[in-house]
Amino acid sequence: MRRSRADSALVAPSGMTARDLLNESIAGLFARPGRMVLTVFGTVIGLAALVATLGLSRTAGNRIVGRFDELAATEIVVSPKPSAASTTIDALPWDAPERVSRLNGVAAVGNLSNLNVGSRLVAASPLSDPQNQTAFKLTVSAASPGLFRAVRADLRTGAFIDSAHSIRADRVAVLGPNAAERLGITRVDQLPAITIGDDLYLVIGILDGVARQPDLLGAVIIPEGTARRYYRLAHPGLVVVETDIGATSLVSRQIALALRPDNPRSLKVVSPPEPQRVRDAVQNDLNLLFLILGGVSLLVGAIGIANVTLVSVIERTGEIGLRRALGASRRHVGQQFLLESTTMGFVGGILGASLGTLVVVVVSAHQQWTPVLDPAAPFLAPVIGGLTGLVSGTYPAIRATRLAPVDALRSGT
Amino acid sequence: MDDDIELAPPVIRLSALGRRFDSEPPVDALVDVDIEIREGEWVAIVGPSGSGKSTLLNIVGCLDTHTSGSYRFDGIEVSELTDKQRAGLRCRGIGFVFQSFHLLGQRSVIENVMLSDVYRRAPFRDRRARAAAALEKVGLAHRAEFLPTRLSGGERQRVAIARALMGSPRLLLCDEPTGNLDSATTATVLDLFADLNDQGMTIVMITHERDVAERAGRHVSITDGVLTEVH
Repeated sequence: MRRSRADSALVAPSGMTARDLLNESIAGLFARPGRMVLTVFGTVIGLAALVATLGLSRTAGNRIVGRFDELAATEIVVSPKPSAASTTIDALPWDAPERVSRLNGVAAVGNLSNLNVGSRLVAASPLSDPQNQTAFKLTVSAASPGLFRAVRADLRTGAFIDSAHSIRADRVAVLGPNAAERLGITRVDQLPAITIGDDLYLVIGILDGVARQPDLLGAVIIPEGTARRYYRLAHPGLVVVETDIGATSLVSRQIALALRPDNPRSLKVVSPPEPQRVRDAVQNDLNLLFLILGGVSLLVGAIGIANVTLVSVIERTGEIGLRRALGASRRHVGQQFLLESTTMGFVGGILGASLGTLVVVVVSAHQQWTPVLDPAAPFLAPVIGGLTGLVSGTYPAIRATRLAPVDALRSGT
Repeated sequence: MDDDIELAPPVIRLSALGRRFDSEPPVDALVDVDIEIREGEWVAIVGPSGSGKSTLLNIVGCLDTHTSGSYRFDGIEVSELTDKQRAGLRCRGIGFVFQSFHLLGQRSVIENVMLSDVYRRAPFRDRRARAAAALEKVGLAHRAEFLPTRLSGGERQRVAIARALMGSPRLLLCDEPTGNLDSATTATVLDLFADLNDQGMTIVMITHERDVAERAGRHVSITDGVLTEVH
């Protein structure tokens, strides 16, 4: 065992192979498996929340944008330009639905006009109750029969206005759901009537909802012919058109000429905005919101790792002293703690990404949505987790490197 | 062996070594310590609590640095070494045996012994075999896969000795190695030191027990940081 005087190799710095570093870090983690699981759980929750929120925002955003696109991308509204309306009495022709429906790509079309009923109130009962309000100031609109399809109206009960009502100028009305609620009318099988001013109207239907022209929800809708006869409606207020998907651009170029070949410039044609821009704007808003939520969750996970690693450094002070005695340099000790925290973050990232993806799929399946997830998200999550662990472990690792070996050994194992 | 010791080169040479702690007021834990320990010696440093013997051991073990004088390990002036080089000296030249064993409770006995190789860049291939050989040397080969928590105090200390021997150090530093052991186990551990010393291992042991110190070939005493040769 005797050796000659040591050569300079004896004072070569100590060293640690990458394999040893990895082995020691993993062994350090598994020395307290319960605590490791709980710590990793914090990161799992954070990153699962991040991936799930990103995925769900994409999925929900796609869904919202899809609906928006479908609705907005097929709608055209034509109205007289204000200046033209003041000089030309009949800026929109009464036969607008017939004219427009002849255009290729038009799915439904209808006229909609708001009537000026002056101070006339709408009431469901001829009797005036001094205790309760029975007469209301409601919007009264006139609609051509095709309008209900053009605004995608759903009927709760009864029937829509048809062309016969309009031709005969029948005193009938369809109520928007809000108007019906205010008037206290829930069914039409007992032929309820309302009064607009002193005129009696039979309620033939109650709407459930509309996809366009939301003002109709609170309106009393009467046939266009009735409005012309009793309210001296001079011309239609709007022409609402639903086109086939992809046909709006073509129809919006032709519609003014079809309606007013003599003066197409007197009309204002409003077609949908560029769908891609709208989609991006909506999605950016959603992503930002959910990213903030995910980021907060991740921050909580990072604080958990930092806390547990710091506690671990304090608890393992004796072990640090032993390692220093066995030849570990400050750097070796720091590296081990950093790798432990990084590994916790990385493992948390893998599990979090898996859980987040699962959440996106399950929620989408439940809602019958198509799950949409950025393919980079599940792969980036472990990287983000690892970085979180690295950053979280930095301070505890520095604390570990600063421990003097003698003081560390004194604390025991 | 005495003749051999006369001829053997010094492993440790301390000259006018001092250690001052900058507390308020400053404390001189070691004052002008001069000692030369040659290869193959077994030296017991005895002294009461607070006499400076642990400080001396920490400096000899390169865990602490002296503030004056000179310390040469194998002819190398330790004060000129960097922190990393001192770590290198610890892992390649010095084996430590502590009073409280310092074993990792969650690792098996053989893994605790193998830990000694981690900072030497030692090859993996024969690490387990060498750890098993070290355990064999202390008579604990049959406990290799046990957790330290299942061992007696004497067995734990023998595991710590096996860990210290794993890297074939030049010097074995023992800090109160029998402080936590009963008299029968103490005798077993001291017998083991005697065997190792017979094989040429240089041992420096600090203790406050006179009868333990009697087993060493050479005694020095330390009181208030001042070292005196006993025999």
